[in-house]
Amino acid sequence: METDWGIATKENNMVHSAAAYDVERNRADFPVLSRKVRGKPLVYLDNAATTQKPKAVIDRLTEYYTSENANIHRGVHYLSEVATAAYEEARAKVQRFLHAVKPQEIVFVRGTTEAINLVANSYGRLNVEEGDEVILSVMEHHSNIVPWQILCQEKGAQLRVVPVADDGELILEAYEKLLGPRTKLVAITHVSNALGTINPVREIIGLAHGKGIPVLLDGAQAVAHMPVDVLALDCDFYSFSGHKLFGPTGIGVLYGKAALLDAMLPYQGGGDMIRSVSFEKAAYNDLPFKFEAGTPNIAGAIGLGAAIDYVQRIGLDRAAAHEHELLHYATTKLCAVQGLQLVGSARQKTGILSFVLDGLHPHDVGTVLDMDGVAIRAGHHCTMPLMERFGVPATARASLALYNNREDVDALVRAIHKAIEVLRRPT
Amino acid sequence: MTDLYQKLLMEHSHHPRNFRKADHANRTAEASNPLCGDRVALYVELEGGIIEDISFQGEGCAILRAATSMMTEAVKGKSTADAQRLVGLFHCLVTGQDEVESEELGALAAFGSVRYYPARIKCATLGWHTLRAALEGKGATVPAD
Repeated sequence: METDWGIATKENNMVHSAAAYDVERNRADFPVLSRKVRGKPLVYLDNAATTQKPKAVIDRLTEYYTSENANIHRGVHYLSEVATAAYEEARAKVQRFLHAVKPQEIVFVRGTTEAINLVANSYGRLNVEEGDEVILSVMEHHSNIVPWQILCQEKGAQLRVVPVADDGELILEAYEKLLGPRTKLVAITHVSNALGTINPVREIIGLAHGKGIPVLLDGAQAVAHMPVDVLALDCDFYSFSGHKLFGPTGIGVLYGKAALLDAMLPYQGGGDMIRSVSFEKAAYNDLPFKFEAGTPNIAGAIGLGAAIDYVQRIGLDRAAAHEHELLHYATTKLCAVQGLQLVGSARQKTGILSFVLDGLHPHDVGTVLDMDGVAIRAGHHCTMPLMERFGVPATARASLALYNNREDVDALVRAIHKAIEVLRRPT
Repeated sequence: MTDLYQKLLMEHSHHPRNFRKADHANRTAEASNPLCGDRVALYVELEGGIIEDISFQGEGCAILRAATSMMTEAVKGKSTADAQRLVGLFHCLVTGQDEVESEELGALAAFGSVRYYPARIKCATLGWHTLRAALEGKGATVPAD
């Protein structure tokens, strides 16, 4: 069934299979998790920054470079056909993964940032004019702010910002009021990278569509933690990065409804995106190649396909249930630490634990944790407006993935106690 | 494991010396680290090429507070040339670029282990970069490393 939050969950299956979820087996799939850092076993809790890679993905990259490497879409030779087939098969995997209607709606890009820039530059330039408005939220990553800011500055348009309540949830009533006759696009994150909030994207999209306004979702923090169905959500654009989904860096995806992509102009010019070129004019290629100028990240796309195979073998609904249980465990443990304050307590959350410790600077906390092999992120998480909203310059952030277990959380809590001991002012 | 956050550093962090605005300062400079929002404002009273008084204000992590506090103690009463030399030595110490005679640095040698935490080098050097900017008469600076 579909929940109101736009997460496709099969509740019966989830309950049934959660019992069989074997986190230790998942851990064994990730070679890096068995290494030591600063003499201590690695406790990797920086998954919102990037996830680790399973052996299946690493092996697929090696296999591609070992026996399939060639340029695609233009070779007449055997190897080029093999590489082209593998690259296009990866596209089909992404299409099925997102439940898109057809593979032509899947554009390979470098990552979420490039996907959003593509839409801002192509769709935005074509449709946003002086006096128009683009709606974002306070909790956006800089990559879903700055491209729109550049566009609005160029066009004389305005950014309108949906506020966030103290618990880290979007204030939907305010959002509804912002939707107006000059609104040309809504660009909102599916899941907040700094708070973990899962936004009610189905409702957000419904309200926008009621006024004929398209919606772009930043799915960077969503795709590795819940099943996503762009068709059920009816979103117009969806973007994500491969490296946050256990795939390689430098590969990402822009999903767009075919009708929208068709009407858009190319984002970059070059080879592969054209049908014919003369000095007078160029005829653009069909979707999705119109948006893939130059030799793409072939190995990256194929590696991403392997990552999708991997998560689908595990089952994202089962991983989500595991991470949710672990989030609950971690939240309880962290709340028991004196002087620790969690930032972000939305009812619907992924496994992101942003916190501040009384009188301690997050960077000092991060460094003391690192001394114990515990990898977290400390800083503003590329969400400076959100940090300002919560009145903190920075937070420490632990973020979970499908291979984290209770021992990881226990190590985190132990290291936090150590940080307090080392850093706190003697009383 | 806690060699970065030694007692001496933590003591300076919790009780920074010369943490005030100097009334008679004739050289000032400010700097900030855009990555974490940490910032430091430095006030120097220069008389005949000698740092007669030096103080700072700002907010930041323990490394920044301790490094800047200990810097003010180390350069007070020194000539600008000696202070500039110390800026260079401290930079070498925390980046690990060159082996530095620890005798010259005195208590500052406690920052030697910063080199093992490259992300934190900027925290240790922010105050020192600001000192260099103040001595060279540049009002504001953003450090390069």
